[in-house]
Amino acid sequence: MKFLQSPAVKVGLSISVATGLYGISFGALSVAAGLDFLQTMALSLLLFSGGSQFAFIGVVGGGGTGAAAAGAAALLGIRNFVYAMQMNAMLGPRGWRRPAAAQLTIDESTATASGQLDPGEQQRGFWTAGAGVFVLWNLFTAVGAVAGDALGDPKLWGLDGAAVAAFLGLLWPRLKGREPAAIAAVCALATVLAVPLLPSGVPILVAAAVAGLIGWFTHRPVPQGLEPDIEPYAEPYAAHDAEHMQLPARRQEPDAGRSGGRSAEGPGG
Amino acid sequence: MSLWGWILVACALAYATKLAGYLVPAAWMKNPRMSRVAATLTIGLLASLTMVNTFASGQELVLDARLGALAAAALALVLRAPFLVVVLAGAAAAALLRLAGWG
Repeated sequence: MKFLQSPAVKVGLSISVATGLYGISFGALSVAAGLDFLQTMALSLLLFSGGSQFAFIGVVGGGGTGAAAAGAAALLGIRNFVYAMQMNAMLGPRGWRRPAAAQLTIDESTATASGQLDPGEQQRGFWTAGAGVFVLWNLFTAVGAVAGDALGDPKLWGLDGAAVAAFLGLLWPRLKGREPAAIAAVCALATVLAVPLLPSGVPILVAAAVAGLIGWFTHRPVPQGLEPDIEPYAEPYAAHDAEHMQLPARRQEPDAGRSGGRSAEGPGG
Repeated sequence: MSLWGWILVACALAYATKLAGYLVPAAWMKNPRMSRVAATLTIGLLASLTMVNTFASGQELVLDARLGALAAAALALVLRAPFLVVVLAGAAAAALLRLAGWG
């Protein structure tokens, strides 16, 4: 079948499977944080942005208010605005495709489309990765939520430790270079200082304000930290394509040079 | 407002953010300051969330089994483990430390 022979479709499908599996950890952590099954599914279906979803349940699980949780989730989602502008310029969706594309604009779909040069392949990559991640992320969120409910006391299974690991795993790929690491350190310190002084959830917003001010008042472009969190063309497709096209591996990737190669987030943003 | 209300607010804001990117003039994309703020915000929030989930218990700072989870996750990330393995390492470290009687 021709559709399945498209490199962008292959990449999109493999990313969908890899990312969709993380939905299990989101579903389990969400019910451990105190959300019920339907609330967990609402976040995966409607919010559909991994980082923001983890942020929401992270604040709620830490005893923060719903307002602080929504604030943290919204701020983490600002990245998707930039992705959306890029995808609008690249794909130019019209009619009903535009609101659909908006919902599917995440790290994975943006990265898959951006890695292709041919406009048709860009389209196929975006829609395959976006729709594929959407279906599997929601399916595995449901699995995780049901499993998490059955586990009983979340602390006994170390689920609070899993949340710590998840946030570090989301942060890690963005810490390439001295500047992102310095921003992370400053914001971590601001958080720890603010925790005893402010209500739960608010220290996260303080750190966001610090980070936003750093970004606003420094002028050098930040080369790392805003690319989609995944490198879909790392392995094995880059090597495969290179053999076929007689090109050096990874030529088609605009942000080659990132050393990651690991998907870190679930539906990005 | 109930938790459900805030969930729906968060969902609406997330979708509006995405849709807005498809509706603004293309020239906005050339504004480097906006991309920069979006990038630093993302890094700062994730660093902050990591700290809160490791050290905060309500308004108190505590050292407990979650510190072991942070260390185990960092080790897994250094070893380039996939995300799911990183999460499992964090859970296992916290659970085992509690089993051993700490935190």
